Amino acid sequence: MSWGFLRDLLSGVNKYSTGIGRIWVAVVFIFRLLVYVAAAENIWKYEHDEFECNIRQPGCENVCFDHFFPVSHIRLWALQLIMVSTPSLLVVFHVAYRENREKHHNQKLYTNPGKIDGGLLCTYLISLILKTGFEIVFLVLFYKLYNGFQVPHLVKCDIRPCPNTVDCYISKPTEKMIFLYFLVATSCLCIVLNLSELSYLIFKYSIKCYLKRYIKKRQ
Amino acid sequence: MDWGALHTILGGVNKHSTSIGKIWLTVLFIFRIMILVVAAERVWGDEQDDFVCNTLQPGCKNVCYDHFFPISHIRLWALQLIFVSTPALLVAMHVAYRRHEKKRQFRKGDQKCEYKDIEEIRRQRFHIEGSLWWTYTSSIFFRLVFEAVFMYAFYFMYDGYQMPRLVKCSASPCPNTVDCFISRPTEKTVFTIFMIAVSSICILLNVAELCYLLTKLFLRRSKKAGNRKHHPNHENKEETKQNEMNELISDSCQNTVIGFSS
Repeated sequence: MSWGFLRDLLSGVNKYSTGIGRIWVAVVFIFRLLVYVAAAENIWKYEHDEFECNIRQPGCENVCFDHFFPVSHIRLWALQLIMVSTPSLLVVFHVAYRENREKHHNQKLYTNPGKIDGGLLCTYLISLILKTGFEIVFLVLFYKLYNGFQVPHLVKCDIRPCPNTVDCYISKPTEKMIFLYFLVATSCLCIVLNLSELSYLIFKYSIKCYLKRYIKKRQ
Repeated sequence: MDWGALHTILGGVNKHSTSIGKIWLTVLFIFRIMILVVAAERVWGDEQDDFVCNTLQPGCKNVCYDHFFPISHIRLWALQLIFVSTPALLVAMHVAYRRHEKKRQFRKGDQKCEYKDIEEIRRQRFHIEGSLWWTYTSSIFFRLVFEAVFMYAFYFMYDGYQMPRLVKCSASPCPNTVDCFISRPTEKTVFTIFMIAVSSICILLNVAELCYLLTKLFLRRSKKAGNRKHHPNHENKEETKQNEMNELISDSCQNTVIGFSS
């Protein structure tokens, strides 16, 4: 079980997406997943070993690291990627449900089970709203947990058993900050894509509904 | 999810590329991505562990390392490769869009559609002309821009492409100017120069491909213009027939009018 599993899942979703949805999948694959695996993971690999405090008191470094990094950036990033990709599965499940229904009744109930209309449209819109919601929640979490998206090179710690206020030095703070900003930029891009897709679908289907009603009135 | 997945995605684009584009893709995967994964990552693997400063002051090493390596070479290369590969996706999306349109035409039962079945549409290779030419050329242009930007970023951040053996650091909390020693500087310099050389080759390939596409466009346009000049009758047989008919009609009308007036 690894990121390849998520990649396969999302490739399945691609089939039932709109054009903007496919761009979203490409952005998630290349600018978030690939960057995470190929570059970001290695920066945070030895973050605990390389975290150094100006003290020889045993336990002080552990306690200070735990205080300043309750959940590591990289783990939050991984959770964000997973949570943000999962709502797309709702669409896959709905299409599978439609196909199952057709098989069960042994007749063609839908012109195309994968076409975004009726109930599937609602599911698709819900998945878009959930995706956007998760993105925003994680961005706010990052901001609140780490006081903005900055990574300081020095933090001052005075938690027991540290005898006084000690200086603790974080490894590779600049590189971590650059990749955090990259994460924020790609998240914002994905939020914009999701909102555009939402507006596009709502607009398209409102026009369709309105035209149907107008033609019925005329008749 | 790794570089192999990128290879799968870009492999699809290969079918619709020019020959120079195919060479570029091969160079990218063999001399850049493979070298990065198989060799360069090992060279930079222990970069902070083996970065040693001549002081026992805790924190001095961390701060000095961060000062001299704001972003590691290996990460910059990974980002460069990702950004340089991405414009090819524009071509992939355009091709997918064209295929989608042809499939729609085929399903509607359009007589203009010349395909026998959907599989043929899926397998078909589109020629680089019309709007696809513009997409392809823009993707090459963006590739060039990204390559140039990253090469400049390397040069700017590391004051050239050489890795020094020793750097002097006086950032707090280092008590004074301390000597810090970088691990494997020669090996890193060799790999940096290799990657820069291959980047330059890729830039040359992109420029050659751009020139080839422009030449092809001008030749095609001049051929069309030439055809129109030398064979006007051949091209406008129908128009000439229509003109003759119009003349006949107008003559007969005139005669009728003259007949009425007289």
